[in-house]
Amino acid sequence: MSRAQVSGWPDRRGAVHAEWTKLRTTGSTLWLLAAVVVLTAALSALVTSTARCPAVGCGQDPARISLAGIEFGQAAVAVLAVLAVSAEFSTGMIATTFTAMPRRGTVLAAKAAVVSGLVLAAGAAAVLVSVLAGRLILPGHGFTPAHGHPLLSLADGPVLRAAAGSVLYLALIALLSLGAAAALRDSAVAIGVVLGLLYVFPVIASVASDPHWQRHLQQIGPMSAGLAIQATTGLHGLPVSPWAGLGVLAAWAAAALLAGGLLLARRDA
Amino acid sequence: MTGTMAPFRPAPPEGSDGFAQLLRSEWTKFRTVRGWVIGMLAAALVIVALGLLPGMKGSCGQHGPGSACSVAVGPGGEPVSDSFRFVHQPLTGNGSITVRVTALAGLLPGAPAGRDALAGTRRGVAPWAKAGLIIKANLKSGSAYAAVLVTGSHGVRMQYNYTGDIAGRPGAVSAAPPRWLRLTRAGGTVTGYQSADGTHWSRLGAVHLAGLPAAVQVGLFTTSPQYTQAAGPSGASGGPTQATAQFDHLRLQGYGRPADGGWASTGMGGAVSASPEPDGGFRHDGGSFTVTGSGDIAPATSGAAGFGATIAETLIGTFAGLVAVVVVAAMFVTAEYRRGLIRVTLAASPRRGRVLAAKALVTAAAAFAAGLAAAAIVVTFGQRVLRGNGVFVYPASGLTELRVIAGTAAVLAVAAVLALAIGALLRRSAGAVAAVIVVIVLPYLLAVTALPVGPARWLLRVTPAAAFAVQQTMPQYPQVSGLYTPAEGFYPLAPWAGFAVLCGYAAAALALAVFLLNRRDA
Repeated sequence: MSRAQVSGWPDRRGAVHAEWTKLRTTGSTLWLLAAVVVLTAALSALVTSTARCPAVGCGQDPARISLAGIEFGQAAVAVLAVLAVSAEFSTGMIATTFTAMPRRGTVLAAKAAVVSGLVLAAGAAAVLVSVLAGRLILPGHGFTPAHGHPLLSLADGPVLRAAAGSVLYLALIALLSLGAAAALRDSAVAIGVVLGLLYVFPVIASVASDPHWQRHLQQIGPMSAGLAIQATTGLHGLPVSPWAGLGVLAAWAAAALLAGGLLLARRDA
Repeated sequence: MTGTMAPFRPAPPEGSDGFAQLLRSEWTKFRTVRGWVIGMLAAALVIVALGLLPGMKGSCGQHGPGSACSVAVGPGGEPVSDSFRFVHQPLTGNGSITVRVTALAGLLPGAPAGRDALAGTRRGVAPWAKAGLIIKANLKSGSAYAAVLVTGSHGVRMQYNYTGDIAGRPGAVSAAPPRWLRLTRAGGTVTGYQSADGTHWSRLGAVHLAGLPAAVQVGLFTTSPQYTQAAGPSGASGGPTQATAQFDHLRLQGYGRPADGGWASTGMGGAVSASPEPDGGFRHDGGSFTVTGSGDIAPATSGAAGFGATIAETLIGTFAGLVAVVVVAAMFVTAEYRRGLIRVTLAASPRRGRVLAAKALVTAAAAFAAGLAAAAIVVTFGQRVLRGNGVFVYPASGLTELRVIAGTAAVLAVAAVLALAIGALLRRSAGAVAAVIVVIVLPYLLAVTALPVGPARWLLRVTPAAAFAVQQTMPQYPQVSGLYTPAEGFYPLAPWAGFAVLCGYAAAALALAVFLLNRRDA
């Protein structure tokens, strides 16, 4: 018997497989993934059906409107990712996990791989449904080629970037939530911090009457910066360019994962 | 060695099955968990910190003379705008003034979607452009007045002391048919009349202006307010406008002293105009008068059409505080499920509905206390910080401030009950916290950032976010054109009606939670 078999420590693939089994057999996972798709598509369709483009130059961004549901769907993503970590802390399962896999960083990385894979799949479905809804609904509301808005199509470069970026956005939200949950351990606190960061930040930015402050807040807020990836019109007026905005969110996610990983490694489970 | 040893059962202490005892035990649970107490304190602290944070607001008065941080105050103590072109002469004692209006034209800002509104102008009259007769106590801004006037698209009106508004004959003014207007002063009472032909007059209304001096200023006026329209979800386009009115058949009859016939033209207030006023705003040509003006005689509004901040904006930290309260309240019940303590709790007090009621009361009271202290500090000192930074803050009456403080605390308390109830329903804190944040904060965020005005208002009627109406301090005047949108702090429901929406959701969730708690195994 080789040493690895004696000790029974799984390698990275084993870690991912273990996390996949845990997440797959948790009842709430499927519900939450379905919620990501349903909530995103529902809010996208709602916002799309209220948008109007009465004339040429109505100044609206059809891609952003048809992907607005991401703001709703990300809540389910955050819950899914937070639960993937904090559920183990609340049941005490984490002690078993860390006994089986003492490399805690590997555990977190495996969780990140599994959760972001699932979120990418659900996010892709959600975004496809949203874009389809926009493609069907928007032309009836004045978003016509005559008003300067061609039919929403993924063959269009900026629209494809908005759609694929939205899927990446959801995956980054999952990583941010995962890191926050690893750092905070309690699910209620973690979800409160993540959703507060996402939703309350732009609310506070919206009342900052000083335009410079408002711009800076929009540049550093994880949601307002990350959703810049959805912009297809008026790119020069954006507080932060699409990919740079997604980069800001990636920095938030990386910081959260780093903090979570360090705290996991240093603290008792 | 058996024996029938009865297990030792201490006699239950007096009143241990009472609701007061239940409350006490729940309060003990709450206050002995350090994280929960810290959470409530954090909620209060974040509200105070965001309310008193300096530099959050731009400083007015530093961007040229048009941004000065002073506003006229009307006879009723409310902030008013009082800028118009006034062609006037003094009138001592009682008297009457009559005029015929034959035209009202104007200029509006350029293309509505244009980025810079001042780039060009187009012909058109603002809906609330006003021209007519006015009797005003003196030439100071904010002094008492009464006026009969024609408007761009709201017909003939009689308006007085900024907030008073009486509707007259509808329809736009033109050469055929013109509008005849008359104002009569008798002591402190001013009566307004309208006519289509100058012979058959109908009375619009009589108003008493308190403290009207013997010598007043009477004459013609024209003004045209800021034009605003919603452009996209949260943006607004617009800019200054201008109106020009044609008058003739002007007749001033003074009972005390004959009028000397010399008309002086004064630009009242410091209004910004769409373009330079031709002829200095006034031309007298034979019997006809042409008066051009810009501005408004009306209560001042905040938001896109006006300037300045309201108390509600200093309380923006309520959203952050709400998140902390929701987390604590959800954990107050879900932690018992996690640790299994709920079985002990329910064994000690088998009437499960009362357990949940006691928990709801304890969290609501804690959230109310935290919110009350924080809101009181912010409303009292936040305005001073803003004023110290040179920001104009719209004054609110003491009663309104009390309503905002108590309302903010009550919103936090009821949100805590909602979170507790959903926590008891789901028995999982992550789902409960996410659900409550999503139903309260997300609708508000969508309403101010993503949705057009119509759906945004609808959302703020039917979702728990309606409760933030308790923080609205600016009244909405039908006779003042402004952007009364959620993004500008105007809610579709009255303050306590909006609060009642949140209460409805909380009550429904709590009832369902009690029902399920009684049916399910713990």
